[in-house]
Amino acid sequence: MAGSSIMETLFQRTLEDLIKGMRLQLIGESAFISKAMEEIRREIKSTDLHTKSIALQKLTYLNSLHAADMSWAAFHAVECMSSSRFAEKRVGYVAASQSFNESTPVLLLITNQLRKDLTSVNEYEASLALECLAKIGTVDLARDLTPEIFTLLSSSKVFVRKKSIGVTMRLFEKYPDAVRVCFKRLVENLESSDPQSLSATVGVFCELAAKDPPSYLPLAPEFYRILVDSKNNWVLIKVLKIFAKLAPLEPRLAKKVVEPICEHMRRTGAKSLMFECVRTVVGSLSEYESAVKLAVAKIREFLLEDDPNLKYLGLHALSIVPPKHLWAVLENKEVVIKSLSDEDANIKLESLGLVMAMVSESSIVEISRVLVNYALKSDPEFCNEILGSLLSTCSRNFYEIVVDFDWYVSLLGEMSRTPHCQKGEEIESQLIDVGMRVRDARPELVRVARSLLIDPALLGNPFLHRVLSAAAWVSGEYVEFSLNPFELAEALIQPRASLLPNSIRAVYLQSVLKILVFSVNSYLSQTETLADLEPGVQASQMENSEASDLASVRAPIESEHDEAFNPGVLDRPSADISVEDIGTVADGDGQTSKFVSFRKNGFTRESIVNLLNLVEVAMRPLSGSLEVEILERACNILGLIEVLKREMPAQFQSEMVLEKEELEVLELIKLMDDAFSEELGPVSTSAQDRVPIPDGLVLKDNLADLDEIMGDVKLPSSNSFSLESPYYAERMDPASSNVQSKEDSEASNESTSLLAEHRKRHGLYYLPSEGNGTISNDYPPANDLKSGETTNQDDPEDFVRLTAQSLVSKKKPNYAKPRPVVVKLDEGELVLAVPKKQDSRDDLLSGAVRDILLGDDAVKLSSSIKGKEKVNMDPLDSKENMHDMEHSRHRKSSSRRSKQRPHRKERGQTSPEKLGMEKEEHGGKVKSKSSHRHGRQKSRQKAEGSSDVIVQTPVIPDFLL
Amino acid sequence: MIHFVLLISRQGKVRLTKWYSAYPQKERTKVIREISGEVLSRGPKLCNFVEWRGLKVVYRRYASLYFCMCINQDDNELEVLEIIHHYVETLDRYFGSVCELDLIFNFHKAYYILDELLLAGELQESSKKTVARLIAGQDALVETAKEEANSISNIIAQASK
Repeated sequence: MAGSSIMETLFQRTLEDLIKGMRLQLIGESAFISKAMEEIRREIKSTDLHTKSIALQKLTYLNSLHAADMSWAAFHAVECMSSSRFAEKRVGYVAASQSFNESTPVLLLITNQLRKDLTSVNEYEASLALECLAKIGTVDLARDLTPEIFTLLSSSKVFVRKKSIGVTMRLFEKYPDAVRVCFKRLVENLESSDPQSLSATVGVFCELAAKDPPSYLPLAPEFYRILVDSKNNWVLIKVLKIFAKLAPLEPRLAKKVVEPICEHMRRTGAKSLMFECVRTVVGSLSEYESAVKLAVAKIREFLLEDDPNLKYLGLHALSIVPPKHLWAVLENKEVVIKSLSDEDANIKLESLGLVMAMVSESSIVEISRVLVNYALKSDPEFCNEILGSLLSTCSRNFYEIVVDFDWYVSLLGEMSRTPHCQKGEEIESQLIDVGMRVRDARPELVRVARSLLIDPALLGNPFLHRVLSAAAWVSGEYVEFSLNPFELAEALIQPRASLLPNSIRAVYLQSVLKILVFSVNSYLSQTETLADLEPGVQASQMENSEASDLASVRAPIESEHDEAFNPGVLDRPSADISVEDIGTVADGDGQTSKFVSFRKNGFTRESIVNLLNLVEVAMRPLSGSLEVEILERACNILGLIEVLKREMPAQFQSEMVLEKEELEVLELIKLMDDAFSEELGPVSTSAQDRVPIPDGLVLKDNLADLDEIMGDVKLPSSNSFSLESPYYAERMDPASSNVQSKEDSEASNESTSLLAEHRKRHGLYYLPSEGNGTISNDYPPANDLKSGETTNQDDPEDFVRLTAQSLVSKKKPNYAKPRPVVVKLDEGELVLAVPKKQDSRDDLLSGAVRDILLGDDAVKLSSSIKGKEKVNMDPLDSKENMHDMEHSRHRKSSSRRSKQRPHRKERGQTSPEKLGMEKEEHGGKVKSKSSHRHGRQKSRQKAEGSSDVIVQTPVIPDFLL
Repeated sequence: MIHFVLLISRQGKVRLTKWYSAYPQKERTKVIREISGEVLSRGPKLCNFVEWRGLKVVYRRYASLYFCMCINQDDNELEVLEIIHHYVETLDRYFGSVCELDLIFNFHKAYYILDELLLAGELQESSKKTVARLIAGQDALVETAKEEANSISNIIAQASK
């Protein structure tokens, strides 16, 4: 054994050998490391501590730089720590602080070793133990070693004292009760003459105050003194950080510190201190106009520097300037805009944030134009940053800053065409959202959707598929605003659409169905109206069927309002026509707009037949699709086409003839159109919660036995849709299907009346709907739309709005249009801001700190600065409320009293007339005070939970001023 | 506070790591990879701050070596740059115009010096002179011990154990 040991000692490779070997190795790094690890495992078992420590040192090296595992060597580290030689001890300590964590089992073994070293006369040993404790201190270690740290806090060796100050941070964090023991000495170090101790103490308070500012308000006078007196920039920066946390809590304090901070700002040459001053002022002292002005001037200096660091920090400081000082950002507009093209991505991001902060209703158009142009030129990553922040800014608070939605919708279209755009998902949801919320934007929305759909190149870009999905949905849902539905349908069934993922393909197909139904319905009702030549009948029919040619269900105005309606809403599409130059637009005749005339004349027999054929051809291959969504929808469409073709051959032969049997087809199509034209509103996420669950309704019951009861009852809804199923249609010969469809329409009529009846009886359980809700066959919108102009046309306000719109639009076509109504859900969509809960340890810690500060320590402090207090007492009396005054008096009197009479019993009796709360608090104070007295001897038992009483009202001490 | 200190060479080799916040071993490797990716890819004339996982990495390049320190969002970036510079100057004073090789071969010394500078992620000693004095004191302790250990009599004593 001895022989091998000495051999190892003599021929052991040192750390330097290992490092050299590593650089010269030819066998590959990992192989070399595993070989070295083998060696270390052998050596570390040596009984010779020197050999062991070298092995451990090598292991620490490999762990630190090459991530070798060293958790297995924990015990060897402990052995080295207990060595009497400093070199070995140091290796042990370094290894421990490198590798130990909360779950290391041998931690239990080191308590005594640490205690021994902490009390060592060798300051270097004490320093090793302190460094280690600062890193690995656990709850147990912190508790057991608190007395030693307490002793070291007033050590005469500065070197040890400042390290023990640093350790208190870890101590408090792990074991809040340590506050009761060490806090006073820590505070005493704030007055230390040694700059290093002071710096360390301030550092600790800076970290503590960041976690729970209010607890440290009582120490404000000490910090203030440092702020004014200190010349050390390290210390000043930390103190400023503390004041940045404290000032917002106490206006008087803010008033007090603002001048010294400005003084530092003017005087200092150190950029770091200057920046800290600036940040403190704009972040926490923004009420002080002159200070902010000075800070902004300094920011400007930063921005004009060539140093990218200062530029970045300048922009960063601007971004924390609160919104009420927006002028500061506007003043530096050019620099900010210029920074958008900086070579540094971080600077670009900061300036982008600032540009977005400058956005307002009036500037959004301009800024968006600039930014989209930037996005075109910049790299993909930043391009998407730009698009992302544009999207989120514009959509903020229900498109608050967007006035012109036509513009916004076309901006969305433009964004999705930006080459690197990866924001498909966001654009998708906004396209749909705008469609649902903003009625007036729909025509433009459809136009944008059309231009997106029609472009075959876009189908090849996977990032845009989501946008296309939205465009397809929009074009189907709002097809009545389309200038040319046929073109839309063609775009939706174009061959390249096969590039789309299945889920989006399904959306395409659904939109094809909607367009188909709409077109056929328009055609049929148009021929119908042509057949009945008398205008009176026409009007009545319009009312009966609801779905009519031009104004269809969704167009906001009925025929009586035509004059007001035409210029306001319909002018726009016609203007677009001239711009867009769409080939198929029919000629406008006279006063009726082109839009309307197109509707009247556009659906010819041939065009409908063409459409049907075209769609049929496109759907055939899809009816064999493996994807159920596509398969089903394609089959639905095919079924519908089949029925249409079979049902109205006469229709297709001569337009003018309208025979009895065709009315049924008409009925069917009308029903479907009704179903599709029902408005879809935005639904609040909490909508479901707002529906009360009726009494006696068991929601979680198994519904399996429902089949028995319902066996012979046909569900009306499934009936009305069954026609679309090709299987169903194919199985029947024309005659029987004819009968079927007749039945169907009857059934659904029946169901309408049933539904109406049900609604009447159980009106309570229906969401409130507009007056005519009962008449129409469909469910009311998911939520109560405030701007449901469709239904309450006699609302005078709407009329006024529309006329106003038509009036001003003549004057100034560009901007005079009032902001369209954006449908909002009253409260449901607000994101609930959950107040952040402090974790319990923090509570414990701050509780203990307040205990100390507001209990016994406050006495000491107030007495130590009584001079200051006295001067300020008089003006305070007039201003402050009774509560505070009482407190300051107590404190003063009690501190005086405590000097005169150490045993005061009558303290409680002096205030019997006070309010209960006051008394309680008072009692708390007395208690903690007396406990403090005991604490002189037995510091550990000081704190029998008086914290709950005192913490209730954070006392704002008057000696701040 | 400073969460960790990394020294990374331009080739991406790690020269020193020191962790003040708790990062498990696996996480450490990941963090090092992420940070070196972020920092090494940045050009020479850019600012010295990188946002990373809600924290901020302040780095500074000296010759072929990047000194990185990770701090909280609201810490003072310029102050940390000062700390980095302070550390480099201290190293310089100790080694006498320090270069990367010094740090490679005296890995542990660089470590000890850092321990004198920082404790629990806070600056401990802002005087280069004091740090030099402290390190010299510790070195003297080690030297005497080493001499003792290497003396012939000691080896003989051990061999005859």
